[in-house]
Amino acid sequence: MTDAPRRTALDATHRALGATMTDFAGWDMPLRYSSERDEHVAVRTRAGLFDLSHMGEITVTGPQAADLLDYALVGNIGGVRTGRARYTMICEAGGGILDDLIVYRLADQEYMVVANASNAQVVLDALTARAGGFDAAIRDDRDAYALLAVQGPESPGILKKVTDADLDGLKYYAGLPGTVAGVEALIARTGYTGEDGFELFVRPADAVALWEALTEAGQDAGLVPCGLSCRDTLRLEAGMPLYGHELTTATTPFDAGLGRVVKFEKTTNDGDFVGRAALAAAAERAEANPPRKLVGLIAEGRRVPRAGYPVVTADGTVIGEVTSGAPSPTLGKPVAIAYVDAAYATPGTEGVCVDIRGSHEPYEVTALPFYKRQK
Amino acid sequence: MSNPQQLRYSKEHEWLSGAEDGVSTVGITEHAANALGDVVYVQLPEVGATVAAGETCGELESTKSVSDLYSPVDGEITEVNEDVVNDPSLVNSAPFEGGWLFKVKISGEPGELLSADEYAAFITG
Repeated sequence: MTDAPRRTALDATHRALGATMTDFAGWDMPLRYSSERDEHVAVRTRAGLFDLSHMGEITVTGPQAADLLDYALVGNIGGVRTGRARYTMICEAGGGILDDLIVYRLADQEYMVVANASNAQVVLDALTARAGGFDAAIRDDRDAYALLAVQGPESPGILKKVTDADLDGLKYYAGLPGTVAGVEALIARTGYTGEDGFELFVRPADAVALWEALTEAGQDAGLVPCGLSCRDTLRLEAGMPLYGHELTTATTPFDAGLGRVVKFEKTTNDGDFVGRAALAAAAERAEANPPRKLVGLIAEGRRVPRAGYPVVTADGTVIGEVTSGAPSPTLGKPVAIAYVDAAYATPGTEGVCVDIRGSHEPYEVTALPFYKRQK
Repeated sequence: MSNPQQLRYSKEHEWLSGAEDGVSTVGITEHAANALGDVVYVQLPEVGATVAAGETCGELESTKSVSDLYSPVDGEITEVNEDVVNDPSLVNSAPFEGGWLFKVKISGEPGELLSADEYAAFITG
């Protein structure tokens, strides 16, 4: 039995623009409108407009909202100031990653947790299960928001045409309520592309009007609609992990090289949080005897590594696995993120190949990210 | 999207030109190129290789996926398009022209090939 895919408030807009649609985590989402390479380049050099309404919003409110989130998540959420946002994770008691999240503190006692579409129910269930004993309420707001993102160097200029909000005062990883093109929005300076940009959480009923206003405001700056395909190559170049690829329940934040998101020093709940003991052990293991490390690989040839392809030495010994791979429009070469044995993880290590359907193609081991914007 | 009337088409989305001196040109259709997305790597058979209808003879790699390339007919490869190896985006920009893939000297009767109209009906399903 399969359920029909869900459609965002912008579905008709995407179809009118001729988007190629794809099923993504149960949603019918735009994969690309024209060429994914052109969309990628537009975000790097001008601006792109994304519909991200499939992301899962969960609101947590109440006197102990901060304490609940400090207990349920690995980050120090109580320490996030109102108007700011934090990248964090929710882990199993055994340390495995259930999802990576962005948490916005909207008010003293109000947070919005944004989960990946594929994990929104998992996160909602885990938060609910972990809420016992806390004076806090968890609200499923997945249907309450549409999410549009404007990403790219021209995005501040484009947004300024349609809002009086103080964008210059809005720092990276901050969010404030405001009005954009006459529509009430939570304006956040966040994104998943490696560029400056904004994410706009609005009522679904306002999504089309906002999309059209942004399209018009961005016309002179070269704003184009962008799909999930270029979003993936943009985040890959920026070295940002993707749940289901770099991050899974079989991986702890320390194994993914993201141990910094785990805050053992938090003081709420007497320092206790779900996964604490297992994560402390994982931190020690990763420090003393790392099994595999997450690295970047840059192809010398033109064949593209894919998730799941083995990383091998020239004689075929398996030393790792590709988690994400794609041709990088910015580098002009295929790139990959891969877990490789620690002995091969140093940038510049020679003799590392990817087994591309039986052929051992040479790769250069490099640090992540592949691309960092000039500020 | 229009499929040239003078070509014949396979259900694997290759097109085959009429034979000149027994040699036909093969490419993939605009429909297939659009479905693949931006093609970034093309592996073609060697000149002189024998190919068989419906069997893999190369691969087409796009941003998101890799697809096998099939030959629509039995025959021997007489020429491959080096331009498309050097610039795989030709498959997207000119699938029926500069993005052709290989030429094949047909050694037997082609199998089940479709006319332009039949192919158009096939892809709209």
